Amino acid sequence: MEQAVLKAQIMDALAMDRAITRIAHEIIEHNEGARSIALVGIQRRGVPIAERLAAKIEAIEGVKPKIGKLDISFYRDDYARHINPVTYATEVLFPIDGVDVVLVDDVLYTGRTVRSALDALVDLGRAKTVQLAVMVDRGHRELPIRADYVGKNVPSSHDEDVRVSIKPIDDVDGVEIWGIEKNAGGSE
Amino acid sequence: MLSVKHLIDTTSLTADDITQILDTAKSFDPIVNGRSIKKVPALRGRTIVNLFLEPSTRTLKSFELAEKRLSADSISMGGATSSVVKGESLADTIQTIDAMKVDMFVVRARLAGTPQKITENTDAVVINGGDGKHQHPTQAMLDLYTIREHFGHLDGLKVAIVGDLAHSRVCGSLAPALKTMGAEVTLVAPPTFQVGDPSWYGCEQTNHLDDVIEDMDVVYMLRVQLERMEGAAIPSRREYNRLYGLSLEREARMKDNAIICHPGPMNRGMEIDAEVADCARSRILNQVNAGVLTRMAEMYLLLGGEE
Amino acid sequence: MAYLIKGAHVVDPQVGLDDVRDVLVREKQIVEVSECIEAPEDAEIIDGSGKYLVPGLVDMHVHFRDPGFEYKETIATGSRAAAHGGFTDVATMPNTDPVTDDGAEIRYQIDRARKAGLVHVRPMGALTRGEKGESLAEIGDMVMEGASAFSDDGHGVQSAGMMKTCMAYVSQFDRVVCAHCEVESLSGNGVINSGRAATRLGMFGWPPLAEELEIWRDIELSRSTGCALHICHISTAKGLELVKAAKAEGLPVTCEVTPHHLFLNDEDITDTYNTNLKMNPPLRKASDMEAMVQGILDGSIDCVVTDHAPHAKHEKDCEWEIAFFGTIGLETSLPLMLTNLVLPGKMSWNRLVEVMAINPRRLLRCNPVKLEAGSQADLTLIDPKREIDVTESYFQGKSKNSAFLGAHLTGAACDVLMAGKHTLIDGVVA
Repeated sequence: MEQAVLKAQIMDALAMDRAITRIAHEIIEHNEGARSIALVGIQRRGVPIAERLAAKIEAIEGVKPKIGKLDISFYRDDYARHINPVTYATEVLFPIDGVDVVLVDDVLYTGRTVRSALDALVDLGRAKTVQLAVMVDRGHRELPIRADYVGKNVPSSHDEDVRVSIKPIDDVDGVEIWGIEKNAGGSE
Repeated sequence: MLSVKHLIDTTSLTADDITQILDTAKSFDPIVNGRSIKKVPALRGRTIVNLFLEPSTRTLKSFELAEKRLSADSISMGGATSSVVKGESLADTIQTIDAMKVDMFVVRARLAGTPQKITENTDAVVINGGDGKHQHPTQAMLDLYTIREHFGHLDGLKVAIVGDLAHSRVCGSLAPALKTMGAEVTLVAPPTFQVGDPSWYGCEQTNHLDDVIEDMDVVYMLRVQLERMEGAAIPSRREYNRLYGLSLEREARMKDNAIICHPGPMNRGMEIDAEVADCARSRILNQVNAGVLTRMAEMYLLLGGEE
Repeated sequence: MAYLIKGAHVVDPQVGLDDVRDVLVREKQIVEVSECIEAPEDAEIIDGSGKYLVPGLVDMHVHFRDPGFEYKETIATGSRAAAHGGFTDVATMPNTDPVTDDGAEIRYQIDRARKAGLVHVRPMGALTRGEKGESLAEIGDMVMEGASAFSDDGHGVQSAGMMKTCMAYVSQFDRVVCAHCEVESLSGNGVINSGRAATRLGMFGWPPLAEELEIWRDIELSRSTGCALHICHISTAKGLELVKAAKAEGLPVTCEVTPHHLFLNDEDITDTYNTNLKMNPPLRKASDMEAMVQGILDGSIDCVVTDHAPHAKHEKDCEWEIAFFGTIGLETSLPLMLTNLVLPGKMSWNRLVEVMAINPRRLLRCNPVKLEAGSQADLTLIDPKREIDVTESYFQGKSKNSAFLGAHLTGAACDVLMAGKHTLIDGVVA
């Protein structure tokens, strides 16, 4: 018997909010304002994080960046082995040509999701730059991809699961590490 | 994932399967209809053979576009007889193509049961692109998509299917799929065009379009195969139009929000008057557009996740 | 050569026998039937204990495809199938190529069958030249060469006038007209019974009316011409009612049914489009099937025939609509009757002997075979416990297109004597 068990809470709601605030400042600083940028959340949890970031940026700069949603199901490289049972909409309702696009996701791990997202983005147009913001970077990259903005670096092992929760998809905001434990007392 | 390996027959699809196809098709809508690069790499490297044993232009082109937009490699083969090479059996044809390593067959055939027969001769996935008088499941899915886009739902809708039901694979697949999704179906046709055993469909039947047209949310006009008139099932084009044709006068009696569908190609002036085909209720071109979306969804869902 | 069949349960309603007896056969004849026979020195003993001995079984409706379609079956291979199924006599249908429509063709089949030496082949002649339904075949010539009956089986004779001429002409001979009843303007392109299965599977229906209308017509023609009429492979309840009514009036009308119409119906045809279930007439509704069973039990149907219709693999391994019509039947007929009707106690052994031996022999105008001294030694020994898995390798005939592939059956012929010759020896064809 294998069982997932909670190992540690890495961030709570307050810590996440602080990280989002900091990333908002970094995005503004890096792009010298918010006029040229658009935040594109990767379905699903990248979407609410992008929305939070946009609200922060608006509060700081008085300009609300454009927001989009990106579904990468049709761009995955493991499609032959696995398909997502539900596909969520891609909604990027503005031209991205000449725009500084910040891709937003919850966890950066192997880099394959971001690779798919870059392909999907290229099919939408020619962005001026593409940057990457993630709530958690847990390492173990399999592709030459790095994040420009990171909420928290969380060293983890392959058999661990780093879970980001965020409203309204989840009940609470937070980041947790879960591990798989062999249940010694398990019956046959 | 769908509950079926192949798409042969709408009666084997569950409501969940159908919903998944329609939802997935919906997610292709912004790709096909909303941007300049109308293509995703989802089926990159997959090989699809369009085996069209009966001539068809619209269905074949719709499948070919869907395949290109999914980045699949596809070839199309045709032939008027049961085999591509005259005299060759279907099993031999399929085994020959199969030996070239393909992932999917899309089959259009004059003979009922051909797609099923093909599944016995290959490990590839088979999509039925219309077999004889049996089934045309991809047509049914695009019809359901079109109807759902307009009403937002399918359950509780009243749908009349009008025309040559006896020879119609469109009716054979659409009526059961509508029933599965909770719609009510009325079959309207002259007695000589009615289905053999309506109890199988569980549908209402009538010979009189005028009796039901005011109650319908969807009026689905079937193409009358002009060559079938030779069997004297109906006396003339003119009389059919008068009794069963969708005229402006009949169109005016439809519910405010009701729509008109037709699988094409239309015989304007026979089953549908020209002005009606082009009127605001007509969803005929939406159906064509939905054909690409739903076929993309079917191929995506059937070819994915199988390794 | 002499055989002593010891201790078998002998069933023959013609002589009122339904008990354990010893039967001694010498050369072509039965020489003694009694409770205990001392074995003569030269006699081979066949142990009949626990088994049933009956007059040799007759299938009066088979297709041996010879001449013309020898890739499907020949008289030699068909004879093997017949012997394996427990038959001593078969009547072959004339839809050969060329059509069996003159005396020479009849003579050819009889000669070939003698050479094969496993079963009495009783060829039927065509009613019309080339089975085209246009002009009379040489019926008298064929009678003189040994034709057992006349039929255009495979088609109905479409013209009522032509059929009347045929029946009137045949009435001068002591022969039966066997009618395949099908109004083609109604059956049209039908490939499956009209009804639910046709609608579900999307194929043209072959309606019961197409059969019933022609049964009615031919009964009236029998009334008008006085010719004996035998309805081939009856399949619908309504058609059977017409035959019953004719019999009640005393008209010379009989009919036959196939095991597939007794034990299968159109609900057995599923989305797999198993073409071995495609026949003409088609498998009908379940209620028709039940009426057929009732008819064979109550006497309104006279005999069981197989309509043994061999087809090559490529003629069945294809789409249903272009697959050939028919199933083979000789080797499953008796096991199906035993498994489904006799062993469960629905049908008596006496009735089985009537429908599979006595009645068809009478209709073919052959001498009766009786379990008594002096009769020709055409005998079938049946082992009611023999188990059969119906697989392709079970069949001795050339083609394997059986509607019953996959079935497990109980009870089969184990030994057959054909004119005193041991053609089936403990289940193996000699």
